[in-house]
Amino acid sequence: MTNTLFINGKEVEFTNEPNLLEVIRKAGFQVPTLCYRPDLTQFGACRMCVVEIKYPNGRVMINSSCTTPPEAGTQVFTNTDRVRKIRKTVLELLLANHDRECTTCERSGSCELQKYSKEYDIKDIKYVKKRPEEYLPIDRGNPALVRDPNKCILCGACVRACSEFQGHSVLGFANRGSKTRVQPLNGMALDKVDCVFCGQCKAVCPTGAITINNEIDGVWKALNNPEKKVVVQVAPAVRVAIGEMFGMPVGTNVIGKLYSAMRKLGFDQVFDTNFTADLTIMEEANEFIERFKKGENLPLFTSCCQAWVRYVETQHPELINHLSSCKSPQSMMSSIIKDMLPKTKAAEGYTKDNIVVVSVMPCSAKKAEIKRPQLMTNGQYDTDFILTTQEFAHLIKSAGLDLKDMEEAEADSPFGEYTGAGTIFGASGGVAEAAVRTAYNMLTGENLTNLDIETMRGVDKNSKVKDTVLDIKGTKVKVRVVSTLKEAENSLQEILNGTADFHILEVMACLGGCVNGGGQPISCNDATIKVKRAQALYTEDKELTLRNSHDNPDIKKLYNEYLEKPGSHKAHELLHTSYSDLFKGSYKDLK
Amino acid sequence: MATLNIDIEKEQQRVQSELEKQGLRVLVCAGTGCVANGALEVIKKFEEFGVKTGVMSAQDKITIIPTGCHGFCEQGVLVGIPKLKTTYVKVKVEDVEEIVESHIKGGKVVERLLYVDPKTKERIQYDEDINFYKKQTRTALANCGNIDAESLDEALAVHGYEALAKVLIQNDPNAVIDTILKSGLKGRGGAGFPTGLKWKFAAANRGGKSYMICNGDEGDPGAFMDRSVMEGDPHKLLEGMAIAAFAIGADEGYIYVRAEYPLAIKRLRKAIKEAEERNYLGKNIMGSDFSFEIHIKEGAGAFVCGEETALMASIEGERGMPRPKPPFPANKGLFGRPTVINNVETLANVPVIIRKGADWFSSMGTENAKGTKTFALTGEVNNTGLIEVPMGTTLREIIFDIGGGIRNGKKFKAVQIGGPSGGCLTEEHLDVPMDYDNLAKVGAMVGSGGLVVMNEDTCIVEVARFFMNFTQNESCGKCVPCREGTKNLLHILQKIVKGRGTEEDIETLEELSAAIKDGALCALGKTAPNPVLSTLKYFKDEYMAHIRDKKCPAGVCSALKQYTIDETLCKGCTKCARNCPVGAIEGTVKNPHKIDQSKCIKCGACYDACPFKAIKKG
Repeated sequence: MTNTLFINGKEVEFTNEPNLLEVIRKAGFQVPTLCYRPDLTQFGACRMCVVEIKYPNGRVMINSSCTTPPEAGTQVFTNTDRVRKIRKTVLELLLANHDRECTTCERSGSCELQKYSKEYDIKDIKYVKKRPEEYLPIDRGNPALVRDPNKCILCGACVRACSEFQGHSVLGFANRGSKTRVQPLNGMALDKVDCVFCGQCKAVCPTGAITINNEIDGVWKALNNPEKKVVVQVAPAVRVAIGEMFGMPVGTNVIGKLYSAMRKLGFDQVFDTNFTADLTIMEEANEFIERFKKGENLPLFTSCCQAWVRYVETQHPELINHLSSCKSPQSMMSSIIKDMLPKTKAAEGYTKDNIVVVSVMPCSAKKAEIKRPQLMTNGQYDTDFILTTQEFAHLIKSAGLDLKDMEEAEADSPFGEYTGAGTIFGASGGVAEAAVRTAYNMLTGENLTNLDIETMRGVDKNSKVKDTVLDIKGTKVKVRVVSTLKEAENSLQEILNGTADFHILEVMACLGGCVNGGGQPISCNDATIKVKRAQALYTEDKELTLRNSHDNPDIKKLYNEYLEKPGSHKAHELLHTSYSDLFKGSYKDLK
Repeated sequence: MATLNIDIEKEQQRVQSELEKQGLRVLVCAGTGCVANGALEVIKKFEEFGVKTGVMSAQDKITIIPTGCHGFCEQGVLVGIPKLKTTYVKVKVEDVEEIVESHIKGGKVVERLLYVDPKTKERIQYDEDINFYKKQTRTALANCGNIDAESLDEALAVHGYEALAKVLIQNDPNAVIDTILKSGLKGRGGAGFPTGLKWKFAAANRGGKSYMICNGDEGDPGAFMDRSVMEGDPHKLLEGMAIAAFAIGADEGYIYVRAEYPLAIKRLRKAIKEAEERNYLGKNIMGSDFSFEIHIKEGAGAFVCGEETALMASIEGERGMPRPKPPFPANKGLFGRPTVINNVETLANVPVIIRKGADWFSSMGTENAKGTKTFALTGEVNNTGLIEVPMGTTLREIIFDIGGGIRNGKKFKAVQIGGPSGGCLTEEHLDVPMDYDNLAKVGAMVGSGGLVVMNEDTCIVEVARFFMNFTQNESCGKCVPCREGTKNLLHILQKIVKGRGTEEDIETLEELSAAIKDGALCALGKTAPNPVLSTLKYFKDEYMAHIRDKKCPAGVCSALKQYTIDETLCKGCTKCARNCPVGAIEGTVKNPHKIDQSKCIKCGACYDACPFKAIKKG
């Protein structure tokens, strides 16, 4: 049903918008928000989106537009003196209690508090300033996330993200009054609690209170060291997001320009993680078929998402056997680079000690992944650096380059060629879809006639769980695709209570998969951004001639010349890993 | 019409005859206040004494009844003997023997334990004649102090569950809502929203699961009316809840009580158990189709949990933080289901409205506020305690008639009404008929009914600081205006009482208060600036004295206090100098003394020591 209301005098139609704020934005007006996130529940805490509402009965109210349902016939005013006064007061109060070392802040330039302070011309803060003794220690105790409570404005977005996306509630509110804090249990560091480092808290943080551990300096150092052979790989979801940071339209696939930028930056080899995504499919499809035939350790859990893997290890070690033993595509790439290049490129000076692998990922958890003891060879980490999409954009900018100006280029051989199956890894459902395409071929010797498995697609908040039943020549294979750990936990409970009815469980911790990863450009104010990024991946898949991992000629070559066949001894040595019981106890045990 | 398997009238008759067998009922107040004063020892002594001397023969048996709060806490321990038309006050264990020997056995009143009227100095034998009680109209508190709160039979004897039986026989939930609507009952917890309307909104969602919650998270400093009802007449509350649940179609309810009320929790648990065992609660109540189960949820002591949405979050196991409204609880409340949440006192009014009718209730009070309201009268009045008066009673009647005027003949200065969200009123408001609208007009609120009376020795800025400190500590921390705004209001008030305030601070106080009022998320935040705004409105001079003259007119703010010696009154007795701990007073015998302000630490020892009132503070 369509109704109308008035915004600043303009008649506006509304239908099923969840709140007045969305109606206001749809009508082309802007009101500032700090705590509103379209994919999370409305919190109403920051009071920045307050508007004056005149109801048909004459009553005038001031309320937060993010929590107010639109009502027909109301007159809404977004810029009255009263509401501007509230917003200004809120900003001044927040700034008074904020670490205002903006110039050195990771979020300088993308900070929402900074942006509104400018917009509202905050010049003079008359409220009591944060005193030096009120500063709290910064948590830098883990490889992935940095938590600076002195920049926290208590908007609660991270608390909601952790609880509503991940069902995990690593972060919560503590204390009351002006002593209120957001912190993990008892103020412990993130690595001491069961944080999986998905970075969704960071993705929704309006300020620099939660940021990703910045490793740009280390990469520059490697690039500028003539002794080192610096090899870079780039994950599927990066190519459809990084352009945003250079002013390109959302959903632009910039992979060709990205390869160029990488070469210009001085990387010695430019590889594409899409290649090892294809490789993952070969191994994982093979692993699935073996398990399926034996009826062992089903459902098989995908293992590409490190946050998910860590979740299983810390929360459900009893289900570790379900995890695919395949390394993530990122880790597979690092392993084969460090194993193969000293042999194949010895002439060009590659040795087992001078290769530096830099992986450009949409993810914060990958920074923790590479520190896993299982991902070390001869006492050295397989991957040296993870740079997030955001960090890599900064790296490009700090070299004085603009991605827009780069020419199209190709990745290097032998790990640059990829198929459509590899590229869709970046969206929730992509791994399962790619795996099914290849499993079908492995079981029947034929390719699927329709490669678009629409029931596995969708990255918005209504697509967190997607069930698909595939008929492989009479054999039914049931696949469940889940994004967010909260939904994953529901599926795990089904497994534990014996009601699970699926053979493959694909889990991505971030809503919608890697396109919406914690390391991606900030997109938390617009729920459609991740949808457009995913769309760009599916478009590339559609446009590629090769869309099945097993059809990738370089993959075939790699097996023929090096790995023998999926699941071989050599493949196991390089491409598979193990998991450990990281259970630290549950609050339920405290009783 | 439905038939019930409990005939409430027959039950009442049975209970009455039981009670008659008790002989002489001696009511010993066992509310929290009197327990603190030794009520349990008094009760024990009565019982022990009785047994030892054998006065409790079958013919003239006495029964000791531990009751809930009788309201006159100032005079506790209270011992009432209705049959002898006597109320003893400030009873100690050692007085028990005399009461029994002299009065109960010998028929001679123990004069020294009677109440003394502070004005006339007359001894008054029975509470009905004491001004404190005479001017009250007790409906919600009617039974508090008159019955054994731990006995269902005693509740039945005073019409307990009669109203519930009536609505169950009538079996028309809408009629119940109409009666409450017609009665004009408004929420007694603070906001004053019409109770019947709240029920009507929730009843529109009848059919699915819905909840009835009783808000017993009484948190205003000094307020204890809800505790008194829960401790003194728990069955009335349970009955009120059951009637409300029947009206809105709820089958499950919660009483949210703060854990700091252990006696209330104990008595409620006992009452729920007994009522369930005897089918006044639980499945198919009194044989009807209506079932209603009540849980008790102990609050962890957060003031904000008295806010209804925060309270529901707390029951759900979440941190007690308010949620924005709309949606209102009547549509989406506890666990996302339609919920009615009423305050204890509101619910305690429900049974009597059903029993005596809406007209009876609405005959009391003012045009826009019907019935009676309880107030917790505290501060510098002669008679402090819990009172209940018709809406529209003036502050003058409460403070000077019921309260017996200001203690020690001091001058009335102000009264803080409505707790941390309320405001300070002055002499000019003494004759305002108190109801929701009138108080809102002058910048205060009925709130839960806390009344703190202040005399000339009270510093108003310090009062504002006290309440702001409370609100800041109790802010849930969710919305910026309340969390950061009250912190800054408090900071400014602290500056002013320390003599470091500036005139711009007044402007900032006003501006910030306006932004908090408009911008805060919940009612607690929106009303948080009230103590500042009302005191600024009526006592701006006092603020300015602190800021401009660096003086606290009431002589309270120690940073601004100055003691001086009036030379015309000083006899040179040297007592002040001898009492001064820092040797700040100089002077020779029989000559006027002088205080060295640079040495004075403002402890007030000289002020207390001077026999000639020659030392002035200010």
